[in-house]
Amino acid sequence: MRPLLERLAAGETIVGDGAWGTMLMARGLRPGVPPETLNLSSPEAIEEVAALYLDAGADFITTNTFGGSPLRLRAYGLEDRLEPINRAAVEAVRRAVGGRAYVAASIGPCGHVLKPYGDGDPDEIAGGYARQLEILADAGADLVIVETMTDLTEARLAVEAARRAAPDLPVMATMTFDRTRRGFFTVMGVTIAQAAEGLAAAGADIVGSNCGNGIEAMVEIARELRACSERPLAIQANAGLPESRGGAVVYPETPDVLASWVPALLAAGVRVIGGCCGTTPDHVRALRAAVAAAPPAR
Amino acid sequence: MDLLKSIAESLEHGDDERVHALVTEAVAAGLPAGDVLNQGLIAGMGVVGEQFRLREIFLPDVLLAARAMYAGLDVLKPLLARDGVPTAGTVVIGSVQGDLHDIGKNLVGIMLKGAGFEVVDLGNDVAPERFVDAAARSGAAVIGLSALLTTTMSVMKDVVDLVKARGLKARVIVGGAPVSEAFAKDIGADAYGFDAANAVDRVKALAAGA
Repeated sequence: MRPLLERLAAGETIVGDGAWGTMLMARGLRPGVPPETLNLSSPEAIEEVAALYLDAGADFITTNTFGGSPLRLRAYGLEDRLEPINRAAVEAVRRAVGGRAYVAASIGPCGHVLKPYGDGDPDEIAGGYARQLEILADAGADLVIVETMTDLTEARLAVEAARRAAPDLPVMATMTFDRTRRGFFTVMGVTIAQAAEGLAAAGADIVGSNCGNGIEAMVEIARELRACSERPLAIQANAGLPESRGGAVVYPETPDVLASWVPALLAAGVRVIGGCCGTTPDHVRALRAAVAAAPPAR
Repeated sequence: MDLLKSIAESLEHGDDERVHALVTEAVAAGLPAGDVLNQGLIAGMGVVGEQFRLREIFLPDVLLAARAMYAGLDVLKPLLARDGVPTAGTVVIGSVQGDLHDIGKNLVGIMLKGAGFEVVDLGNDVAPERFVDAAARSGAAVIGLSALLTTTMSVMKDVVDLVKARGLKARVIVGGAPVSEAFAKDIGADAYGFDAANAVDRVKALAAGA
């Protein structure tokens, strides 16, 4: 496979995969069980989801390691399973996709608020991310995705850990913003401009936003990012915000709705487009078709 | 009076040492502990909650203000008990089974304490039985459930069902990023709080029997 950053530099738009939690629930993940344990207990479920997203046209498939950092695993008493859980995650996706898609190592928040506001120790958090990333890189991940971050300091610790522990891998970093009457902020008070600047300074090759918003708000976020960043932009939107229908949790935005906003995302300079919560292989298929139908970026 | 105002303002600025000193000074000067609580700490947290709701301030500021509130409560707690000052009621809170996210739940706990409630925080990954047992034991008027994951929000219904099965009087309020008013209604919860400030308003209404 041609390296990701080369393809972006050549003007190609990269399509990501969609949600994992809902897909794994449909394959036996029970409430109360950390999703990452499925890497060991049901690797065939991971392979199946990865194959569905590959078939839908995703250029990269995310590993089931969002909560696989030592601090998160510790909360479940699973810290001693750090290596097998993270290694199995990469291996399962690789078995499913071979060389047809990038294996993207997912890194999520550590679950602690940093000092002085909470009890999170920056050295411990950075060290934890480094340990997780060394395993993911060694197992053969092709890129790192630091995602759903709301604290810029924590996001930077993760990006910097990726740069150190996996220096050969491209790093994409995305944060989650809320719309307020004064514009978009993360719950920790980070602006879009601060995120764009801070993530790039920490060494992210691609910056952007995931989760927290449906596709329409993401177009606004992308435009603001473009105004303050030269990096390729990534947007992974939810399929809207969840609703309940007959006791089931439903995400309202259909594949067609997501796809209809692709031209606007491309016009805003977004070069990596994928899905977050509530998206399915059908959403990815629609995104892929919309990207294919759009004129090349340059 | 100025002293109480200073307590509120110091709390808003997250100055825990100053809040501790001023509350100590206020009770030494003979001010009733209930007044120091209501016009000092609760008044200050009310301002903080409103500023956060409007996102004039953010989570770090709220966490610092909470630390200042606790510094004041440490001084007041024994005096409030001695004076027999009633709390606004007891609320059992926790993140549901399988959910390790507790920032939103902690925020609601902070705001509830800041509104004068006694809060029993069960932490995260809390099984339905633990919510119900804790509510029965503490005589809680309200149980607050938090979930941040689509994969865990379905557990909320298990808690609601168990409360009903056990015949508990406690009302159930739910909240968290994926949760909505429609979802709350759908699973038979008594209320939905769309953010921490709104949750406190709804808990007040539930505790008052509305």
